Amino acid sequence: MVTSSHSRPGTPSPAGSTPPGREADGSRKTSDRSAPSAPSRSFRQRAAISIRKRGLAPYLLLLPATAVIGLLIIWPAVQIGLFSFQNYGLMQISGVEPAQWVGFSNYSQILHDPEFWSSLKISLYFAVVVVPATMIAGTLVGLLLERLGPRMRTFVSVSAILAWATPAVSASVIFAWLVDPDGGVVDWALTKVPSWLGGGASWSGFSWTNAPLPAYTVLTVMLVWTGFPFVAITVLAGLRTVPSELHDAARVDGAGPWRDFWKVTFPLLRPVFLVLALLSTIWDFGMFTQAYIITGQLGNRDEYNLGLYEYSQAFTQPPHYGLASAAAFVLTIILLIVTVGYVRAAIKQGAFA
Amino acid sequence: MTSVPVPGRPVSGHAAAGRSGHGARRFNRTSRRAVLNLLGLLVALFSLFPVLWMISTAFKPASEIYSLTPQPVPLHPTLANFQAVFSGSVIGLPYWNFLRNSLFITLVAVALSSLIGLLAAIALGRFKFRFRTTYLVVLLIVQLLPQQALVVSLFIDFRRVDLLDSLVGLIVVYTAFALPVTIWMLRNFAATVPKELEEAAAIDGAGAWTRFWHILLPLISPGLVSTSVFAFIFAYNEFVFALTFLGTDTAKFTLPLYVQYFYGQNSTNWGAIMASSTLFTIPVLAFFLVTQRRLASGLLAGAVKG
Repeated sequence: MVTSSHSRPGTPSPAGSTPPGREADGSRKTSDRSAPSAPSRSFRQRAAISIRKRGLAPYLLLLPATAVIGLLIIWPAVQIGLFSFQNYGLMQISGVEPAQWVGFSNYSQILHDPEFWSSLKISLYFAVVVVPATMIAGTLVGLLLERLGPRMRTFVSVSAILAWATPAVSASVIFAWLVDPDGGVVDWALTKVPSWLGGGASWSGFSWTNAPLPAYTVLTVMLVWTGFPFVAITVLAGLRTVPSELHDAARVDGAGPWRDFWKVTFPLLRPVFLVLALLSTIWDFGMFTQAYIITGQLGNRDEYNLGLYEYSQAFTQPPHYGLASAAAFVLTIILLIVTVGYVRAAIKQGAFA
Repeated sequence: MTSVPVPGRPVSGHAAAGRSGHGARRFNRTSRRAVLNLLGLLVALFSLFPVLWMISTAFKPASEIYSLTPQPVPLHPTLANFQAVFSGSVIGLPYWNFLRNSLFITLVAVALSSLIGLLAAIALGRFKFRFRTTYLVVLLIVQLLPQQALVVSLFIDFRRVDLLDSLVGLIVVYTAFALPVTIWMLRNFAATVPKELEEAAAIDGAGAWTRFWHILLPLISPGLVSTSVFAFIFAYNEFVFALTFLGTDTAKFTLPLYVQYFYGQNSTNWGAIMASSTLFTIPVLAFFLVTQRRLASGLLAGAVKG
């Protein structure tokens, strides 16, 4: 972006030539005044004038950020795409053999790998369960918060924010302890629940992390626990923008709380819900840290989600960076599709105004 | 929890003026409030329970940790778990070593991303130029790229330039990954500073530097506090990059890696694991409590409003 504007200084770009705090007509005056650049001016002065005249200031200000983000986020993303078509492995990273282009062989290899499909399925199921659960729990708590007295509301929302603020590593270790078969409080509590409610002595010493279904049940509770506060606080902020006359009118027309929510609140907050749902989808589908710790640090292959599958291809011996890149590319593309929806929703909400 | 307003406290004003005829409705309202407060307490309990259980376990002796009937509060509180963590009897290095690594990486990365982010935010918030909206959209997308995907590529690059097993490597990555949100949040602050202020100063003869230093910066600085908090929490908590880049060099571990390694190596010593996790978590939560109002609004501005 920067270079294109450098190379065409004469291009009329009304927006680009506006100096800070000046309107368009003011800018013309400035450039006229500085046009006959006297030879006596110092380099710094001349440079400053040239920056102002050509409207280079924003590009110079963006240069460091663009370099850092380009080099450390965008280039690696591009490189993932390149590696996914190469046979990059142990020999290639240690420089013994050069990497070779292998076409779509990495993709066909992971697409024929049943572990890839099971990990994709786990990621999809997980998002399909956790996102609605987080949204519903968060919305209910948001509605509850609106109806509480101010002191109680502060207490509950601060408690919830603490759950949200708990680092992912801490949350994972805590939940691993809560469901530990020896001494964990969850198994103990379940043995105390009457058997007609699904409890009973058989829960004693039950291992939650050795099979996919129990492990992802724990992860579901944990991610709802982490995720609902953000939804609740955001929904609460949104609820306060709904004029109370609308609720009054609905009540006069005989609407109960259920109809009031679906006919008044929900339509008005639809953009907020959309953004929250898309963000939760991105976070939950891409979940890594919690799954890594709860499923036993890459130890249980049948418990991999897509992120763990991709990561294990690269970082368990022997490394297959090519296969990992192909899987990473699939993961990135799926998340990008959701992200495009998110960006469109953000634009509709006036994020770029 | 004991200082919480008790359910059923009188509804002020109305209650005093209420006549006997309004008794039924008043009862209705009080019971409604009681139910709501009870639900609120349940939500708070659900939110706080895991953290409280962690703290409680950290102070329990082994006999109580593996007791057949878990107690909510330690009967015989002990500091032995914390002593094990501080003396480094499990991993061979004391807690301070990892705290120092984490603080060093985090503080440098926060300073760098704030500085670079501030420059970019001024460009995006104060100037109109051709690619502004494109740039903002790209930032929004970049911020949501999966880190466990990019880490494969960065690992290979860092191996080439010898930044693996290096705190500098992590600083560089944390600076980069904190930037998009930092820029977004700061840009919203920069855009709200009225143009008239700068114009007035320009008429009074203030140059670009003076205007930045005396007008823009003081007005953006609340935003800088929010973004620094955000960047701090991101870098202090970050796991995937630390896990991948620091590999086996335990002396260079950051706190999240340490807590997790502790768990993986020593999955039976829950007392020590919970003590290390408590020491790691409490500063974040305290930090949050102090700054939460500011942070919540900043996050909403950054994440939801765009």
